Amino acid sequence: MEPAMKTTSTYNWDSNVVLSVEHLTMRFGGLVAIDDLSFNVGRGDITALIGPNGAGKTTVFNCVTGFYKPTEGRIVMRHGEGFQSEKIEALTRTGRQYNDDGDDRVFLLERMPDFEIAKRAKVARTFQNIRLFGGMTALENLLVAQHNPLMLASLMTVGGIFNLPGYRKARAEAIDFAAYWLEKTGLVERADDPAADLPYGDQRRLEIARAMCTRPHLLCLDEPAAGLNPRESTELNNLLQYIRREHDTSILLIEHDMGVVMEISDHVVVLDYGQKISDGSAENVRNDPRVISAYLGVDEDEVAAVEEEIDMPVRHASDKSEDDKGGQS
Amino acid sequence: MTTAPKTGLMAESVKDAAIAATLVAVLGFFFFALRTDIGTGGLDLTYRWGLWFIAIAIVFAGRLLLNLFVFKTSRPVTSHLNISVPAGLMGPIGKVLGPLLLVIALTLPFIVMVVYPDRDRQFIDLAILIMTYVMLGWGLNIVVGLAGLLDLGYVAFYAVGAYSFALLAQYFSIGFWTALPLAGLLAATWGIILGYPVLRLRGDYLAIVTLAFGEIIRVVLLNWYEFTGGPDGISGIPKPSFFGLDFSRTGGFAEFFNLDYDSIHRFIYLYYIILILALITNFVTLRLRKLPVGRAWEALREDEIACRSLGINTTNTKLTAFSIGAMFAGFAGSFFATRQGFISPESFTFLESAIILSIVVLGGLGSQVGVVIASVVMIGGIELLRNLGFLKDIFGPDFEPTQYRMLIFGLAMVLIMVWKPRGIISSRNPSAVYKERKKIGSDMVAQGEGH
Repeated sequence: MEPAMKTTSTYNWDSNVVLSVEHLTMRFGGLVAIDDLSFNVGRGDITALIGPNGAGKTTVFNCVTGFYKPTEGRIVMRHGEGFQSEKIEALTRTGRQYNDDGDDRVFLLERMPDFEIAKRAKVARTFQNIRLFGGMTALENLLVAQHNPLMLASLMTVGGIFNLPGYRKARAEAIDFAAYWLEKTGLVERADDPAADLPYGDQRRLEIARAMCTRPHLLCLDEPAAGLNPRESTELNNLLQYIRREHDTSILLIEHDMGVVMEISDHVVVLDYGQKISDGSAENVRNDPRVISAYLGVDEDEVAAVEEEIDMPVRHASDKSEDDKGGQS
Repeated sequence: MTTAPKTGLMAESVKDAAIAATLVAVLGFFFFALRTDIGTGGLDLTYRWGLWFIAIAIVFAGRLLLNLFVFKTSRPVTSHLNISVPAGLMGPIGKVLGPLLLVIALTLPFIVMVVYPDRDRQFIDLAILIMTYVMLGWGLNIVVGLAGLLDLGYVAFYAVGAYSFALLAQYFSIGFWTALPLAGLLAATWGIILGYPVLRLRGDYLAIVTLAFGEIIRVVLLNWYEFTGGPDGISGIPKPSFFGLDFSRTGGFAEFFNLDYDSIHRFIYLYYIILILALITNFVTLRLRKLPVGRAWEALREDEIACRSLGINTTNTKLTAFSIGAMFAGFAGSFFATRQGFISPESFTFLESAIILSIVVLGGLGSQVGVVIASVVMIGGIELLRNLGFLKDIFGPDFEPTQYRMLIFGLAMVLIMVWKPRGIISSRNPSAVYKERKKIGSDMVAQGEGH
């Protein structure tokens, strides 16, 4: 009944799931933007969501982060280990948004407002067209991201007005945490410059740093490499690898740059016309004829001919056997 | 070689001016050249060719001069208008200006009494008025300047504060100092009640609905005759006491301190009350700016969607801005009531909201010192224009300067906005510093909703 319940699978995204999207459908009037989409994001993985323009990738992001309310389907975020099916089913029946099980909480994101998803479910995101606070400095941008813990430390502002020691300490820690991310993104020198003044590549990195300052369990990046030069693209790869390695944060990203996708992704989900056409490791997806036909814009049986025409390396038959692994029951 | 473009400029300018003059000739023909008067047995037609020609000549000459010196020339005169203080000088001035203004404000009544002993009462009263607008400007600055929510109905909370104190005094005989916090609290409550449905709106819609709410409060005050006295207003509002001492001729402040009774004491006292209230407003605003809530307001002004993606509850954040701004208006309102001794809905028209908003916009959104300068210029300026007696010497005894003060005032505002489109002090001071404090130019800073 649930997709990807195969615990025998060797893939991380089948056994250790941080986010599962289940039968997600999003309709805008008569237009079906996403049609019965299911996939998993493995804990600690870098998962790429790819597909041709208009395939519905950003719509999936907006559903996961609460900016759209899905028409149908369930989106589950898990903070604890394991699949926790029983807990999730029970929660679904109660009509509540999340349970209060300490560190092992599960969240039904389709029921939660956007800011609660960021605050409680710990899902952070960046935007396709960068949305920084342009008139505020890089440091201030990172402090705004720590709003909720700072708000608590300032006793909902009352303690802050009187500059109580508790708040002073929290403020110093917040600045240290911001400085840590400024250093990791190479922006320390620009800490006191307004965000709108930074070059494009720096703005992209600052947005990632800002998202990381919310201490997310899942980081959703909408085309982080768009508009970056090759050197910046490499730096971005290193940054994402670092985040995944050191910070217990899983990454879900939309990307058009196949170089980035193939190099860093553990898991690739391919969308076309709102449906999943492929799901698996980067290597599997690269050789999936349906993916190639979707990207080339031709029928599946014409792929070989077109590939020869544009001089692509011919695939081996053995690669095909790995197709469609994972996420499809 | 050099003459060729010049004749081109001259010819073009004359041509353009001639077109403008022709337009005036056609349009003005019916307004200037012809005049109908009611005469015997119908209308009499009088011709005023002189007036018509003068109008055409003025437009031709004016347009020609503008063309020659501003519109068509390569070096417009207005480029010299763009006076800016050199960057090196701005730092020290910015540092000194605030404390200097504070010292002036603290000693103002005594300066006035020494310099203008004959008219001290009038000037201190004017200073009280200006200070009231400074406080209102600072309060509205939280809503418009920091949170970026265009509120055209701010005067509603000023009215709530004033009527709260007046009604509490009338029905329960509550004094000023007890009523002051209550008035602020009530205004803040109204801020939340009105804000909750309104703040889901964006941009122009927000501005229009706040305008409507401002009018609703005024109209309710006007029509609820049994409770508020309607257009008759409320009179006999008690004056504030000084630790229980009234400013009366006998047995009050003067007698207690062995001073000769002088009504100026009360004016000075009122001045210091509003000064302290305004300074509290300023202090709280400056502190809030550096706290998470103030930073969230500014982030909200910059980008609301990004705020939500970072887990900030934007509705609550907007409500805090709206209610804290309303609270300060409530304080100012109850001060207004006690100073006037009489209030009526007349005092809380849309014009008041517009004046407060223009103080904030003119001063520079989010700038505290800018609000002070703008209040002095706007409120002091209006009063100054009442006293333009010398113009009678120029334009003859029939000239009535008070009739032109709004015109002059409007022109002055237009000029300031041409000179400084983002307000007198438009740069932003960051709320947290890592290594080096740098001012942020106004072109970077977003203006928020509905501007």
